[in-house]
Amino acid sequence: MSEVRLQIDGKDVVTREGATILEAARSAGIFIPTLCHHEKLEPYGGCRICIVEVELRGATTLVVSCVHPVEDDLVVRTRSERVDRIRKTLLELMLAHAPDSPPLQELAVEYGADKDRFEKEASFCIHCGLCVRYCAEVVKKNAVGFVERGTRKEIAFIPEIAARECPTCKECLPLCPTSYLQAAFVLTEAFAFRSVSSEAAPEE
Amino acid sequence: MARLSSPEELEKFRQEAISMRDPARLCVSVCAGSGCVATGAGEVIAALGAELRKQGLEGEVDLKRTGCHGFCEKGPIVVIAPEEICYLEVTPEDIPEIVSATLKEGRVVERLLYVDPSTGERVTREADIPFYKHQERLVFGANRTIAPESIEDYLAIAGYQALAKALFEMTPEQVIAEVKEAHLRGRGGGGFPAGVKWEVAREAPGEPKYVVVNCDEGDPGAYMDRSLMEGNPYRVLEGLMIGAYAIGAHEGYIYIRQEYPLAVENLCGAMKRAEEHGLLGKNVLGSGFDFHVKLHRGAGAFVCGEETALLMSLEGKAGEPRARPPYPAVRGLWAKPTCINNVETWANVPLIINQGARAFTSIGTEGSKGTKIFSLVGKINNTGLVEIPMGMTLRDIIYKIGGGIPGGKKFKALQTGGPSGGCIPEELLDLEVGFDELTQAGSMMGSGGMIVMDEDTCMVDVARYFIHFLTDESCGKCLPCREGLRQMHKILSNITEGRGKESDIELLEELSETAAEASLCALGKTAPNPFRSTLRYFKGEYEAHIKEKRCPALYCKELISYYIDPEKCQACGRCLRECPAEAIDGGKKMIHIVDQEKCTKCGSCLEVCPPRFSAVRKISGEPVPPPIPEDQRAIVRKSKKQ
Ligand SMILES: Cc1cc2nc3c(=O)[nH]c(=O)nc-3n(C[C@H](O)[C@H](O)[C@H](O)COP(=O)(O)O)c2cc1C
Ligand code: SF4
Ligand code: SF4
Ligand code: SF4
Ligand code: FES
Ligand code: FES
Repeated sequence: MSEVRLQIDGKDVVTREGATILEAARSAGIFIPTLCHHEKLEPYGGCRICIVEVELRGATTLVVSCVHPVEDDLVVRTRSERVDRIRKTLLELMLAHAPDSPPLQELAVEYGADKDRFEKEASFCIHCGLCVRYCAEVVKKNAVGFVERGTRKEIAFIPEIAARECPTCKECLPLCPTSYLQAAFVLTEAFAFRSVSSEAAPEE
Repeated sequence: MARLSSPEELEKFRQEAISMRDPARLCVSVCAGSGCVATGAGEVIAALGAELRKQGLEGEVDLKRTGCHGFCEKGPIVVIAPEEICYLEVTPEDIPEIVSATLKEGRVVERLLYVDPSTGERVTREADIPFYKHQERLVFGANRTIAPESIEDYLAIAGYQALAKALFEMTPEQVIAEVKEAHLRGRGGGGFPAGVKWEVAREAPGEPKYVVVNCDEGDPGAYMDRSLMEGNPYRVLEGLMIGAYAIGAHEGYIYIRQEYPLAVENLCGAMKRAEEHGLLGKNVLGSGFDFHVKLHRGAGAFVCGEETALLMSLEGKAGEPRARPPYPAVRGLWAKPTCINNVETWANVPLIINQGARAFTSIGTEGSKGTKIFSLVGKINNTGLVEIPMGMTLRDIIYKIGGGIPGGKKFKALQTGGPSGGCIPEELLDLEVGFDELTQAGSMMGSGGMIVMDEDTCMVDVARYFIHFLTDESCGKCLPCREGLRQMHKILSNITEGRGKESDIELLEELSETAAEASLCALGKTAPNPFRSTLRYFKGEYEAHIKEKRCPALYCKELISYYIDPEKCQACGRCLRECPAEAIDGGKKMIHIVDQEKCTKCGSCLEVCPPRFSAVRKISGEPVPPPIPEDQRAIVRKSKKQ
């Protein structure tokens, strides 16, 4: 595979063709914040916090670094007034869901995001999809999935699968940037596992 | 029917089809598109069949069911060839007279003709009706002359000539060059040059390659793709096959909305007949080119019309968009190069191949060539599907084709581009229609929706309405769209309900920037348009709502009050009887009064108050005058003697 040469924050970076901007930046020791990205998972591009400014053939645009492939002569700026402003708004939108999330709070300080900019939303979940995708792509059990669509979209454990698989796995729990997954798991465990296992009891 | 296995056989078959028709013979065409079927075309056709038999004309007169003519509002539509006499809003009761007068005696039934509301004149021929006269119906026009179940009808109007030309006289590269030169831009929304996309797909490594027809059409109120597919499925298939040949694909998919049963039925019929005639399937026309096509019915989410979501859905996955690049032309269906185009885009292809790029580019603006079909609706006299040459001004569309605004109201804005389009004000009505022109005006071509709005429309509420639609249709994958639009909708609702704050505009602008710049797909990226364009052209309305708690259009319920003018009330009691909330106090010869506490703002009183009194009015942004004292409520009639 051939090499690609680009510039990130003024630094010349050489990487492999097909790599994402995020991968190239990390390999060069340049930090870009991420929330829905995970090395073991397929690129997703949901939280958009890793947005960066790129310049190519005279045109400047914004792209999401965890999914956008590198190109020769690309000039990347991981911070700019515009990038920072958008990251700030994105954080404020997420903080309406999960004001107490440590990774969000940390980023909020960096970008001056106000956790009270928007009215609080009911669910803590920021829909990064890490739990759902990790269970599907790495553990391959699909014990947790998304239900509904759009603004009504939520994660849910599938009791039948979760009762069987989760107690010995729980690998997704530490991935969650908010406390939602833990809470959803405890709730499912308390209510659904019992009924599922009591139904299954006679066969044991 | 033996499969046609050479261009010569196709020509021979075409000539036979043409020679069997006598151009002087009477032919009654009834529009059997979805619109006219809804208004009773089925009954009209049945009545016609029975009446022809009854009056002994069976076999003498041809009866044809065609696709949508465009003027669905006036359906069912009956057109009688050769003279092209056009009858509108025909009912089964009109049929005996049509048969006895027009078909037997050649007399026109005047009362069924179109009446020009401005001149009162009756128009006999369909093409002379102003609604049609100013159109340029290069793509859609054939709908009225062919029956979708008849491949002969399509052949008789030069059908499949372009395919034969492409397969036998042109290399794939030449086809691509022609389409590129024609500067055909995608009709599905983005306006991307089709020829360039085809070239990318042709040159992209990977086999097999695919072609896809996007007939998802989720814009509420838009139905041009449905009508094309219903009325002229052959044309879409022919265009698709030419594209497939050009990029080197042998398999195609037609992604069609579940809610379009008639389009599916007509398309399936067309596919079957095309295959029987050697115009689809293996070794098309004996050229050695194989092409197979499959139909896929979409489940109906708006976002599934977005190309990457559509491909996901075709693969049987959840219909959520994915990041581009890679573009589908490079890595699409099952990770293979896939060329996806809109129905209307494909339907333009035979035209370009037949007449050449030069003829195609002779129509249009600098950046937009050919014609575009729009769905013209809203506060306008003539509604329906209109095909206009690119470069026509918005004013001509609204006034010449649309016949202006009804009810003596003033025009306020034209909303174009579907839910994520924008609103264009009066001062820009001389704008020429084109992709770039509309984008520069803060709106877009989109798939071709056009909603005319009059002075009674509140532009803040329009923004709220469309953002609500888009919030509902967001797939929820990316944050700026899912959460950003949710917040935008909340803020806009607050403004229309009188809870707007001065800082709201800035916050909306910030959320707009975030959605436009950071969203994953074009739904989120274009979703701020309804807000941005209304702010750009109607900023005063936002300010009135926020600062004065006033709705200048007197539309927003929370910001208006109904008030009976004591000077005008004549105590007819109509409002008192109609008010469902019992909010009106009145009596014989007593000035009526609205109890503001009880009023639910349903508007019934305003509607029923006789125009000669016009005593009820809406008030916004100022206090309602106190009810007049009891002792002054008696009405002393001046004009009438008791
Ligand atoms: C939310 C959304 C909905 C869309 N819906 C449609 C649609 O119903 N039909 C369509 O042809 N294109 C639709 N598009 C555009 C497609 O993504 C794509 O650009 C188009 O099918 C390409 O064909 P064209 O170049 O011929 O226009 C939609 C795009 C978005 C973002
Ligand atoms: S529960 Fe946690 S990990 Fe799962 S989608 Fe929500 S925020 Fe992400
Ligand atoms: S922009 Fe909206 S519709 Fe498009 S991927 Fe993001 S959430 Fe889904
Ligand atoms: S607006 Fe409706 S509820 Fe109010 S007074 Fe009039 S009729 Fe009654
Ligand atoms: S980390 Fe890139 S979009 Fe979430
Ligand atoms: S359906 Fe008959 S004119 Fe449109």
